[in-house]
Amino acid sequence: MEVGMYDLSQTVRTGSATAEGVSLAPSAHLRRRNLVQKIAINIMRAGTVVTVVITAGIIFSLIPPTIQLLGEIGTQIFGTSWAPLFIPPEFGLLPLITGTFVIVLIAMLVAIPFGLAAALFLSDYASYQTRRFVKPILEILAGIPTVVLGLFGLYFVNPKLVEKYWPIGESVGYSALGAGLMTGILTLPIVASVADDALSSVPRAMREAGYALGATRREVATKVVFNAGISGVVAAVILAFARAFGETTVALMVAGSYPKLSGNPGDPMQTMASFIGFAGIGDQPTDSTGYRTIFLVGALLFLITLVFNLIGNRIILRYREVYE
Amino acid sequence: MSTLSLASKLSPIRKLKDGSFRVFLTFSIVATLSFIFFVVYTLWNDSYFLLNSDLLTKFPSNDPDDVGFQSAIFGSIWVVGVAALISLPIGILTALYLEEFAGKRNRLTSAIETNIQNLAGVPAVVFGMIGLAFVARGPLSWGFTVGSAAVVLAMMILPVVIIVAREAIRAVPPSYRDGALALGATNWQAVYRLILPSSIPGIATGSILAVSRAMGESAPLLLLGALSFVTFNPTGLDSQFTIMPLAIFKYASDSRDEFHYIASAGSLILIVILFTLNLIAILLRDYANRKSRV
Repeated sequence: MEVGMYDLSQTVRTGSATAEGVSLAPSAHLRRRNLVQKIAINIMRAGTVVTVVITAGIIFSLIPPTIQLLGEIGTQIFGTSWAPLFIPPEFGLLPLITGTFVIVLIAMLVAIPFGLAAALFLSDYASYQTRRFVKPILEILAGIPTVVLGLFGLYFVNPKLVEKYWPIGESVGYSALGAGLMTGILTLPIVASVADDALSSVPRAMREAGYALGATRREVATKVVFNAGISGVVAAVILAFARAFGETTVALMVAGSYPKLSGNPGDPMQTMASFIGFAGIGDQPTDSTGYRTIFLVGALLFLITLVFNLIGNRIILRYREVYE
Repeated sequence: MSTLSLASKLSPIRKLKDGSFRVFLTFSIVATLSFIFFVVYTLWNDSYFLLNSDLLTKFPSNDPDDVGFQSAIFGSIWVVGVAALISLPIGILTALYLEEFAGKRNRLTSAIETNIQNLAGVPAVVFGMIGLAFVARGPLSWGFTVGSAAVVLAMMILPVVIIVAREAIRAVPPSYRDGALALGATNWQAVYRLILPSSIPGIATGSILAVSRAMGESAPLLLLGALSFVTFNPTGLDSQFTIMPLAIFKYASDSRDEFHYIASAGSLILIVILFTLNLIAILLRDYANRKSRV
């Protein structure tokens, strides 16, 4: 009896006791067992409800101030200048949107090639031993706190790389380029691990069919495995995109807090998320316009990441069904 | 022998492409991994002369020679500790329910699953906003305290805890439960005495990773006043507090160079704490894997 170590003896004895009993009605012990189970299940169900409550909480915290502010500012939101905390305030979202996209784009230019290279390396090139060594280090990279990457961007990337080598414009200590590079490092492990899951779950037989046809390892990796796992690769990119989109601390520390409308990555910029962090530091009084702008931008941020996460997770679910 | 003859038939161009692709991949992965060491080296280079016990025992100050991280370290421990106490039990119970009791996948359970997946992807700063609207201000009005911050971080890591706990529970062989049920155990007894104990290493690994994420996260607490200048350790849930990442943030945004070195030193402390947590999690998982393979 291998399960003996989990102390099932108690259960076994109870079982025989009821079998020997004269009455067929459930014994007090059995009734108690069932009661315990019922209580336990209800407690667990309450836990599940908590997750629903959190989502409802997010939605209910975002919507009222957003609607109220939208009613106040109307079409000002399409303006080209963002200064909601100034007098007179300006509510054009465009600088935040361009700032966000410039930084996310640069981040993806780092995370996608390096992340996919790491995933292909792990799924098709690394030996079991190498894999066991590399995977944890990638996890440690994922575990570097954002504030440390922000610090590195602020003290190393901005002064020593961007200011020295970026050819366009004058640098002022903050840059979207530095923030993008650091956000890229931050999202690289996401691309690597989600894509590696997908590529590693491509059946071995498909690889062997490729080799049997005389393909080289590169041809098998890029033409067979990569194409078979493409949906997982797409999901990896989408999830990393969503993560980069919502990154606050790195953008705040490295790109600064000036919402400049500019196409030059060497300039300081503000993202939607870093605006929330920046305005939050200022401790806006409840019911002030500043307070509501936090929620307006937050609602937009939530909506965009929600769409990307929904698509990404849906794709992952689908490829799991195909290969497992 | 056969491989030899195949290799000789390979055209030189394909061979070159194959070789250079391997070099490219190896280069990328080496560059990625060495980045970590480069970051740590840079931090070390900026702060090795500061590293002594004063950093751990002193409190924040405007004088760069008299600065330490004690209140931030205790603040982080308080906030993250309470957040873990809230989210781990709820998360593990939810995971157990979804894996063992929710029954067949239907519309309701799949909606709950989708919801949890999406919560895990909600930007951290958004949790700070719900905390601001409902916990620190609004209906609960707990103010900018350890309790508010802990609730916010608990909400943030709850979906992560649920997802990793479910994976750990799913990894327990179904035969365990079948055996228990065959012996007359109720579902709950099978779960409580067999499935939960067997999945503990996996759950612990995931929980440690979730907790270390909470410890390194700074964005949501920016909105809860954690960037303030706090020169005392928290004494309870209603204390004011600051946390390690935001103490670093604060010194990093100071214009004086001395404070940049202090921020680097703080980063090293935080990284050491987080790497230790990660290492424990990785070792634990290795142990669990080895045990399950036997």
